Amino acid sequence: MSVDAEVILRTESVSKVFGGFTALRDISVDFRRGAITSIIGPNGAGKSTYFNLLSGAFAPTSGRVFFEGRDVTGLPQHRFAHMGVAKSFQITNVFPQLTTHENIRVAAQALQTCFDMWRPRAARRDLIDAADALLHLVGLADRRDRLAGTLAHGEQRALEIGMALASRPRLLLLDEPTAGMSPEETRSMMDLIVKLASERTVILVEHKMKLVMGISNRLLVLHHGELLAEGTPDDIRHNEDVKRVYLGKREH
Amino acid sequence: MTDLADNSAKRLAPSGFLEFARRHRTLLAALFLLVFPLLVPFKALAVNILIYGLYALGFNLLFGYLGLLSFGHSALFGAGAYICGILMVHVGMPWWAGVLLGCVAGAAMAAIIGTFAIRTSGIYFAMVTLALSQCIYYVFYQATGLTGGENGLRGVNVEMISIFGLRLNFVDPLTRYYVVAAFVIVALWILSRILASPFGAVIESVRENEARARASGYDVRRVRLVTFILSGAFCGLAGALQAIHLSIVPIELMHYETSGLVVMMALLGGMGTFFGPFVGAAVFLLLENLVSLWTVHWQLFVGAVFVVCVLFFPRGIWGSILHAMEKK
Repeated sequence: MSVDAEVILRTESVSKVFGGFTALRDISVDFRRGAITSIIGPNGAGKSTYFNLLSGAFAPTSGRVFFEGRDVTGLPQHRFAHMGVAKSFQITNVFPQLTTHENIRVAAQALQTCFDMWRPRAARRDLIDAADALLHLVGLADRRDRLAGTLAHGEQRALEIGMALASRPRLLLLDEPTAGMSPEETRSMMDLIVKLASERTVILVEHKMKLVMGISNRLLVLHHGELLAEGTPDDIRHNEDVKRVYLGKREH
Repeated sequence: MTDLADNSAKRLAPSGFLEFARRHRTLLAALFLLVFPLLVPFKALAVNILIYGLYALGFNLLFGYLGLLSFGHSALFGAGAYICGILMVHVGMPWWAGVLLGCVAGAAMAAIIGTFAIRTSGIYFAMVTLALSQCIYYVFYQATGLTGGENGLRGVNVEMISIFGLRLNFVDPLTRYYVVAAFVIVALWILSRILASPFGAVIESVRENEARARASGYDVRRVRLVTFILSGAFCGLAGALQAIHLSIVPIELMHYETSGLVVMMALLGGMGTFFGPFVGAAVFLLLENLVSLWTVHWQLFVGAVFVVCVLFFPRGIWGSILHAMEKK
């Protein structure tokens, strides 16, 4: 197949079946490099399933996934970080008994060394500094030595993004980054995402449509496991199908 | 939320002494082990504590630091003991070669068991390791020509040893203690380095959150297997030392009771703490020896202590002490 440098990630008619239930049906999408693409849709639309296919958490039942032209279908999860794809989880997912700084340091270490069991950790000054820089970026510098499990919810979400960034990803996948956040936390998270998107491609799954309309370059709308619409925020806003299944209803 | 936050702030301000002790833990342990035989009623017990302490330490690397509960560690301990014994008795190797290869045998046995077991986790991991260790128990039980079967492998005798021209009488309990202690101190130092290394951080992160570790780019299965093998090396070394200490390898060393014993020791002392397993082994063996002086039902007493510990001090003896000191 031809490699289009503009396309960072592509799914070719991917489907996912759980038992007898078809969670995703035949979805083909090209994700553009450098853009913020948001995947939206009502509850149960298959957003998280699709996200998990993109991030390598599991393989599609059929269809293929390509990252930068390379077929990555069925590649084990831990390979994705090495390729330049990082993700944050929908449910907060940190190392609770490690300090905030150590959380990011371990994540940064993943691409450098795993089985180095002789030198002290402090010998890798570069990793320590990288972790400190990321703590500043996500606004947690003053929480450096706290145990991650004791941070406030919004702080843990920010920490997770810091951990995802630690692998210097070209593609950042965020699963409902503002889930359970207060309005203030949500606003600062959105600002952070826009800031991050200036240097890398961002794909995010979001339940709250209004939130992403303003910041996304492109939107995908999923409904009942199928791709309902795709386009710019304006396209989506005026799409009759989308209005019917999504905008017509009250938002949560 | 604020409550939690306040507690953690305290937790992270350990006193200067704790920080110092943590940095020089191997040195402090070595100094302690030098005077330890003077604090114990009989020297043979001190050697036992060293050996079971090392065994529990190796077990704790997997259980406390990586978070996998194995019920098959007797196979690793036993493999170390048997291979050391077989090489000395049947092949005629010197004692030190037997001990080193016993250590290697523990690692090799861990590689075999680990290859099958690391696909599972939780209770399934415990069951698979238990089943495999029982298979290995029967192999050694049946191979009477090599292992002596039910009677145990006899004649693992070490009398005089010479280290760099220095001749030592290994039959003398105190000398024997210091020889074994030398191995244990080196093992402690190596373990301490592993835990402080980047790989030590990976082990902790896998325990803390497997999915996150995987998403960060760690091959969780390989991390588990490598940790299992390291754990096997420590337990194999402990087994080999036990063989030369007892002059015999009883088949009971491989029995699953020996696997259960180490779980108890680690829990008693405090899983996931550096010295906890050692403290657990010491308390367990001291209780066993002292209580059995006045009653044959010592197990009842030790069992009660264990239950009280698990119910009221889930961090274990050493873990609770550390926690109390950190809170100050």
